[in-house]
Amino acid sequence: MEPFIEHQGIAAPLSDGAALRANVDTDAIIPSREMRHVSKTSLAGGLFANWRYLSPNSRRPNPDFILNQTPFRDASILLAGENFGCGSSREQAVWALSEFGVRAIIAPSFGTIFARNCVANGLLTVSLETDFVRQIARLVLQDPLRHQPRVRLSAQTIEIGELVYAFETPQAERERLLKGLDHIESTLAIRHLIDDFERRYHARFAWVAIGR
Amino acid sequence: MGQTLFDKLWDRHVVETDAAGESLLYVDRIAMHERTGSIAMQSLFQRRLPVRRPQHAYCVMDHTVDTRLGRSDSTQIPGGEAFILSARGFAGQLGVRLFDVNDEDQGISHLVSAEQGFAVPGIVLVCPDSHTCTLGALGALAFGVGASQVEHALATSCIRLSRPKVMRVTFEGSLGAWVTAKDMVLQLIAEHGASAAAGAVVEYAGSTVDALDVEARMTLCNMAVEYSASTALIAPDAKTLDYVAKRPDAPNPLPLDDWATLASDEDAKFDDEIHVDAATIRPRVTWGTSPEHGAPVSECIPDPVNSDQQRALDYMHLKPGADLTDITVDAAFIGSCTNARLSDLRAAADILRNRRVAPGVSAVCVPGSTAVKRAAEAEGLDQVFLRAGFEWRESGCSMCFYAGGETFGTGKRVITSTNRNFEGRQGPGVRSHLASPSVVAASAVRGAISTPDMLA
Repeated sequence: MEPFIEHQGIAAPLSDGAALRANVDTDAIIPSREMRHVSKTSLAGGLFANWRYLSPNSRRPNPDFILNQTPFRDASILLAGENFGCGSSREQAVWALSEFGVRAIIAPSFGTIFARNCVANGLLTVSLETDFVRQIARLVLQDPLRHQPRVRLSAQTIEIGELVYAFETPQAERERLLKGLDHIESTLAIRHLIDDFERRYHARFAWVAIGR
Repeated sequence: MGQTLFDKLWDRHVVETDAAGESLLYVDRIAMHERTGSIAMQSLFQRRLPVRRPQHAYCVMDHTVDTRLGRSDSTQIPGGEAFILSARGFAGQLGVRLFDVNDEDQGISHLVSAEQGFAVPGIVLVCPDSHTCTLGALGALAFGVGASQVEHALATSCIRLSRPKVMRVTFEGSLGAWVTAKDMVLQLIAEHGASAAAGAVVEYAGSTVDALDVEARMTLCNMAVEYSASTALIAPDAKTLDYVAKRPDAPNPLPLDDWATLASDEDAKFDDEIHVDAATIRPRVTWGTSPEHGAPVSECIPDPVNSDQQRALDYMHLKPGADLTDITVDAAFIGSCTNARLSDLRAAADILRNRRVAPGVSAVCVPGSTAVKRAAEAEGLDQVFLRAGFEWRESGCSMCFYAGGETFGTGKRVITSTNRNFEGRQGPGVRSHLASPSVVAASAVRGAISTPDMLA
């Protein structure tokens, strides 16, 4: 997994007028009809399909959608309202975002499973107060090329122009992202702990094992 | 200080907690479905890793399957069949139990886990589906996870998780006429918002919850994810034991002494508490594109208070101030892991008996599992649905999320017993109104959003 240490790039606010869009669900991030292959790739084309294209059966870009506009089509940071990524646990939402080039998402809060899926794929979710996300969105819209947020996970800051915003990422999440650790490999490295636990656990709760 | 039910379940499953505060949590059971299980199993297979405890994992076909009678592996949506074939192949390779498309025990995973006794009190279960929280109704700590986490669980019998906060939601009082568990959770979400639980594990408690049967408790737990709960829990009681006993995968005899300890202590402290007066809850329906956009059926559409609500009204083609009962529907759907158990089908059939759906309304019933379908047919419910003008189908997720490409069509307005009214959730441009099975059935008959007591 690619480590996340810091990233600077074009940010795209998902908004309606001045208000950042809240409750952007994983069905909106990638509709079920766009998951056509038993694969973690070939998903970027389906990203935000309902908003990004003029009709469900075409790939004609909707010019009103921000990711179809220059320079936001090259965005690698998204700004959104609260509860981004709520709904379905589909990890395809994260794979589609990553494949499109998104490295970080800044919002007041995130869907719980979505946020965990992001960590598993080296994508950073930054929780920031609504007012701060709005401020960043305003700056970005003034001049998206000059005001490219710089997200530094090691320092837990976002720098944009002269402004610095502090955020907090739980320590475990931070270490995993900074090191780009593969979850399965790191757990298998301590499998003796699981073996020991399992012996004790099954001795105490023998009923847990399925008998049939 | 006393422990919560969650504390007890968590503590007995912690393998280790690292310096950063993240725990390795032991996973007793893994349930999967073809759309995500296929990818997780494929990835594991490509790494040449075995499933650590294959006899404690299963995969079911529910997310892409066709629900039309006489179905095969082919689906209405391009690519759906690939997930079925892949899941079947990898389950075989990895020794994971399979409930195949036409297996007599096939169904939506959360129903299958309960019916098989795969989910029982005291265990940790994961499944790559956000509605896994349904199984908290049995006193199991059941987490919906992504594909990566389920792959991790297959390989290691563990997941990595930081200890979540714990919130208690207490419902006190008796439910009024036609008020169900669905209305309880829809009211909770409307009042406290779609991010109310903010990642906490929710324990439901109180006299109203005690009085619910186990299936209704599953509905209540099912929608915990719709207000951002990590999962939901209800302490097991005599009804739970009765439900679990003698199911194929359940322990025999039941570990009654152990399960008797699975309740929050009197002096347990919760990080957050919500109290709801259940007597004030009325039959509800949603009017927008988030489960928090809802109101009692008897009220009118409120004025939008923000741009998200305005956007929702625009998508739904609705105007503030209009009576909800004036909204006509094109279609009605009874199905999903939220409300397609036998008790749900009975509730809908009670409304539909000797009635017909309004002219022009398409109506479909998809039982939540093949076992539910069989049980419903044994008591003649299929005939009630068919005579009323409903289609009666095979089990699967179906129109809950355009699964397998199943939809009523672009722009259609649907009254639905499912869990999400997101833009396009039930197919491109579909406008979804969430409600209980009774309200769905009554609305299908009247052709407009209705409570059962509005029918002649």
